[in-house]
Formats: sequence, C-alpha cells, structure tokens
Amino acid sequence: MIRRAVRALDQRLGASPPLRGALRYVFPDHWTFMLGEIALYCFVVLVGTGIFLTFFYVPSDAVVHYQGGYAPLQGAAMSEAYASVIHISLDVPAGLLIRQTHHWAADVFVVAIVLHLLRILLSGAYRKPRELNYWVGVTLLGLAIFEGFLGYSLVDDLLSGMGLAIAYSVAMSIPVLGGALAFLVWDGEYPGGPTFFARLEILHVLVIPAAIATLIAIHLAQIVRQHHTQFPAEGSERLVRGTPAWPGYALRSIGLFLTVAGVLFLLGGLVQINPIWQWGPYEPYLATNGAQPDWYVGWLIGALRLMPPLSIRLGSYTLNGSPFWGGALFPLVVFGLLYAWPLLMRRLRLDDRRHHNLLQRPRENPKRTALVLAFVGWVFTIFAAGATDRLYFQSFIPYEGQVWVFRAIALFAPFVIYFVTKRVCEELRDREDRPLRGWSGRVIRRDEGTMGFEEVRPRRQER
Amino acid sequence: MSGVGGLLGRALAALTAILFFRRARRRAERRQAEAEAQAPPPEPVPPDELDASPDPGAELAVALLLFAAALAAAGFVFFYAFDADTQALGICLGVALLLAGVAAALAGKRVVIQEKTTEPYSEFGDEEETREVEDYLVEGKVGVTRRRLLFTALGAVGAALGAAAVVPIASLGPRVGNRVYSTPWSPGTKLVDEDGVPLTLRDLGEGEFLTGFPEGAPLDDLASPLIVVRLNPEELELPDDRAHSAPHGVVAYSKICTHAGCAVSMLRYPTFPAQQPRPGLVCPCHYSTFNPCDGGSVEFGPAGRPLPQLPLRIAADGVTLEAAGDFYEPVGPSYGGIREDPRGQS
Repeated sequence: MIRRAVRALDQRLGASPPLRGALRYVFPDHWTFMLGEIALYCFVVLVGTGIFLTFFYVPSDAVVHYQGGYAPLQGAAMSEAYASVIHISLDVPAGLLIRQTHHWAADVFVVAIVLHLLRILLSGAYRKPRELNYWVGVTLLGLAIFEGFLGYSLVDDLLSGMGLAIAYSVAMSIPVLGGALAFLVWDGEYPGGPTFFARLEILHVLVIPAAIATLIAIHLAQIVRQHHTQFPAEGSERLVRGTPAWPGYALRSIGLFLTVAGVLFLLGGLVQINPIWQWGPYEPYLATNGAQPDWYVGWLIGALRLMPPLSIRLGSYTLNGSPFWGGALFPLVVFGLLYAWPLLMRRLRLDDRRHHNLLQRPRENPKRTALVLAFVGWVFTIFAAGATDRLYFQSFIPYEGQVWVFRAIALFAPFVIYFVTKRVCEELRDREDRPLRGWSGRVIRRDEGTMGFEEVRPRRQER
Repeated sequence: MSGVGGLLGRALAALTAILFFRRARRRAERRQAEAEAQAPPPEPVPPDELDASPDPGAELAVALLLFAAALAAAGFVFFYAFDADTQALGICLGVALLLAGVAAALAGKRVVIQEKTTEPYSEFGDEEETREVEDYLVEGKVGVTRRRLLFTALGAVGAALGAAAVVPIASLGPRVGNRVYSTPWSPGTKLVDEDGVPLTLRDLGEGEFLTGFPEGAPLDDLASPLIVVRLNPEELELPDDRAHSAPHGVVAYSKICTHAGCAVSMLRYPTFPAQQPRPGLVCPCHYSTFNPCDGGSVEFGPAGRPLPQLPLRIAADGVTLEAAGDFYEPVGPSYGGIREDPRGQS
C-alpha cells in the first residue's frame, strides 16, 4: 500500500528524493523550540474558527433593532455588525464556543510569538545567517497585533468602539498626514462612512491573514533551508543533531498541535472572554470606566496614559504631542529597535559577523542579555501602566500618584535591570568557568610517607 | 553605415563577454583551489542512536487515550445534537483534542522507534557559485550601449506607473477640508436627550450631569454630544468673555475628549466641605481630567488642550436649555493645527 503510493508519486513527480529528505530531516530538541510551534498551531486554530465566524458576521453599520434570544437587549438599536456577533454568540449552536475559542487563540497566539521572540533574542538565534528570518518574525508579531486589534474592532460593541475612537485619534495626530490618513481609512470623519466595517472585515479575514500565512511559509522555508539552531549540548556548528522528522518528531509535533487546540477549546468553552452582550452597542457619546483591551494592546494604552501632553509649535502649526507620542511614536520606536536589533548588536560589538548555528545561553553574553531584559522591562513597565485604572479600583492607590510612579519606573527601570542582569550573568558565567573562584577553603593532601594530612598552599587564585 | 557599426559593436561586445567570462572562470577556479587548501578537516560524525525496543504498556496507554478521545468527541456530537451547551461542548471537544494530543506525544516518545541522528548544516556563501550568479547578472548589460538613456526612461515609467497605482487610494475617503470644524450648533439650537426630549433646568440638580444633543442633528456626529453639568454658580471661574455662558451654573462641554476621542463620561464632584480634589470631568479611556469650573482646562492626564465649551442660555420659556452660540474651540481629537487656536485661525 505505502510502497505503491510512494512509487506512484515518484514516477509522476520524482517525489522520492525530497520525501526522503523530509522524513529524515533532523530537529534538535529543546523545550523552548516549541514556542514558535505553539504560535503556528494557534494560527491554524484561528483560521479554522475564523472561517466559521465569517459565515455569520455582517460588516454593516446599518441600524437594526435587536430581535434575538437575549432579553436585556430586546428592541435595542444597534448596528447590524454588533447584532450579527450577538447572534453568533447567543443563538448559533456552538457559536459562542467557536467565537470564544477564536478570541482565546488570538491572545495565546501573541503570547507565544512574544515568548518565542524573547527566546530568539536571549539565545542569539537571530545572528548571521538568520537575520532575514528574524525580520520576517518581527513583521509577523506586528501583523498579529494589528490583526487582533482589527478582530475585536469588528464587533462594534462598546469596547471595540472605544478602541476605534482611540485608533482614529492616534491616526489624526500623525504630523502632516494624520487628518488625510484618518479620513481615508474611516471613509470620512469618525465614526466613519458606510464602507468602514466592510474594510475592517476584508482586512481581518483576507488581507492580513494572507500576509501572515505567506510570511509563516517563508519563515518555515528558511528554517528548512538553514536547519534549526541548537544548543551546544550535542551538535556542533557544522552538524545538527536531533530527532528525525519521521516518525518520532512528527508524532510529537502532532501531539503538540492537538494539545494546543484542546487547551484553546477548553478555554473557549469554560472561561468567558469578551462578553459583548454585557458591554452593549457602541455610540460615540458612550464610554465605560474600567474598559481594558486585549492584553497585546495594553502597552499602547499604557503609553497613552503615561505620556504627558508635550506639543511642539512651529508657527501656526502644532505638532500634536498627544496621543502621537504614546500611540504612534512609541510603537514605532519599539518595532524600530526590534528590526534594528541584529545590526545594533553588531555595531555594539556584542555579536560578531561569523556564521552561527549554535545558540548562546543568556549568561554567555551578559551585556546583550542585559540589554534584552532592559528593553523588555521598559516595554513591560509601560504595559503594566495600562492597568493603572484597575489597580486604582482594586487598591484605591490614587490614580495620579500611580501615573507619576510609573513614569519614574519607565525612565529608570531599564538602567537598573541592565546592571543587575549584567552582574548576575557575569557571576553565573564566571562560576561556571572557574568553580573555585572566591573559594575560601583549604586544599589538603595525604602524605604517602606519614599517612597524615598536610595543607597545600594554594597558588594565588586567579580572578 | 549604422548597420556596419552595429555589427561591429555587437561583435566587440561578444568578444568582451567571452574574455570576461574566461577571466571570471579562471578566477573562480583559483579561488576554489585556495578554498580547498584551507578547508578544515571534516568533523567526525557522532554515531546514530537507535532504540527500537517494544513498549507494550505504552502502546496500550496510547490506545486507551485514543479511545477516550473518541468517546469525548462523540460526546461533542451528542451534546451538539441535544443541548449545545457551550460548557459541555467546550469540555468534550477540548478533552478529546487534549487526549488525542497526549496520545500522539506518547506514541512519539515511547511507541515508535527512538532515533537520534546527525545531519550537516547547509554550507552557504560558496565563492564560485556567488561569482557565477554575479557573472550572469552582469551579462545583462553586455552589448547595451545607451544604458543611461534606457535607465532614465525606465525610471520615468517606474515613477509614473507607481504614481498611477497609488493615486486611487485618494478615493478611499473624502478630503478633510473644514469637516472637523463644522458643528450642528448655532444660537438657539435646543438641547435634547437621546430620544429627542428637550433638556430643561429641572432635569439637573447641583453636581449632576446629563448627555445632551442638538435638536434634529445626528447623534453620532463628533460635534453633537455634550456633557451638561450643573455646578454651584459660586464655583464658576469662567474667563470674562464667557461670563454669560453658564446660566444658573449649568455648563456644557463637548463630550468627545480632546486626547483620543473617547466620551468624557465621568464627573468628579466632591460634596463634602473641603471640596478636594476640585470638580473634574474625567475621560475613562486615559483619565484626562478637565476642570468644568473654568472653561474645561486640563487638570491632569494626557489631553493636550481644554475640553471645548458650548455657551448656553435659557430659552424664552424660562427652563429649556439652548445653545447661545457655537463651541469656543474646535471639537474632537486634535490633529495638525488644532490646538487652543480659535477656529478659523488654525
């Protein structure tokens, strides 16, 4: 059976040599190599659940009066878009399961990408010859965040409307081009023309997912071409050692896919996420306190809250400081740093220009590890500042005071993190290289003649 | 004449090309020889590890896990047909996938043959191959005489076609023009609530607020919604030119935050004697806080300019609220020239 199938394929396509290569393809083993795989499998779940949702979603801002099964909204005026998502959630069998799984998968997708990125940065996996693939990966992170934002904007509930209002304002605040850009995207002044939700939808269900899928294919193709990096335990710079794709690795990877999907469906079935029927429909004159976006937008909310309204005036023209600094410039700086990272590390002489197939442990490059953590700590502080309002409700620490504290932390934390991390890494590295460093014990030796013990005067410990 | 010249030119070019490639090939050969002389000795390849010992216990466990997964998946079908309860569906499908996943991983680790093997990393940057590609690329310009002219023409068509491809983007939306400055308010416009019922003084007690709209205008226009607050007239510290904008202590501001366009929908109004902190209109998105007493100046937060105030007056009936004019400043999130400048000057 197998033999016949393989022979048939080989006779028609000459498939045997590539198949042989694929089956024997070697994957090095390390648990951190699963993070990217988890992201990939989240994307698969996202596409599957997303296709189901597109069969019900109506991208229209036309006003309808709700007539579904949810009593509290009976007769309420709302957009057709919002009504269709309520319908998916509360009237379509299994609709809520699919919608919530889709939402959870998006949140986990970005978590997995960010952790994957951290692993790449901390282990130096982005170094030559893998810079191109690193840039593809950073682009995927940006697209994933944008795609997620589009996704929860489609719903047109109160939460998504507030997010869109902020996005519109950020677009408006971009110097020179802002007004025109916002009007082009929204088809007019906020809340937008009649085509707006159709635009959001086609971006969310076709343009961005197609871009993500293409880049994932390029990402994987490059890994196939270059082979995966590995830690120095078993292989070397020129030999990759690990499990061949078939049968062991393939089964384990299928197992990971099914497990990821299983966890996502359990979350989707058991843990409520974005109960849009509770938020209610959106109108520009409505807003609610304590609204929090999906986690991967939190860093932008934090930046918007922390950044003081510094404006620059040039004659009659005002460079509108806020929300531009926090909403547009901050993400540009973060992604700019991420894109520039391989070049920056080379310029700082923390990485060299040689080919690398072996990964470094974080301690082996203390300064680079310290820079990574300082950068991540900076972004994380600003991310945490996005939750100041929740903290205010939970603890009643005055909101204004929190903002000032977070501003201070955002300015100083990177430096503290840098020096602490560097010190810790150096200590770990040195202890490993010279286990006796700083040791205060004595070395004794057995005297073969007297059978007694005598102390050996150690030579001066090298530092 | 030109025919002969052209022929000659072509022959010359061909000759150059042949010479060029000869030289290139010689150079490549030399480099290869050098590389071979320098190449480090091949690294010893560690032997493959193979473990094909059977593990009947693991096989049984995998089979049981798969049966259990099948049961859970069948449960999904059952619940879908009879109840479609989200929790039940989620548990069934999630558990089915999870069990199948554990089964697959276990099979991969314990049932099938365990192998550890070695492959060489691909070697990149072969000098000879690089040079060959380079040579083929350079071959493209062999025999081309008016290169600058052709590149100029190419640049022209590229730029023009690029512009033609980009220009239709302008169709996606209207021009900004004065749109962001136009408002539905003018002297005498009545304030109404969401359902079109006029707002009167009686609707508002001290320290209370309402959302108001211009009568007959669309509710979702950014310049429509107002946050109408009734303050103690003694608290007011309005600028002199706005002295008559707040009859009986009722002040009206645009409800759209000047920071990021959210609805300013919270009023902080301390009622105990110390009156600290001062009254504030707060936007729930980023907590920009505006002072309702002095014309909407920014008290705290990221907003860059005051909340625009709309002057009010009392209609002839003595109770109904109406606009005494348009906003003192442009409404909505700031962009480009909009800051404190009065409308028209920016």
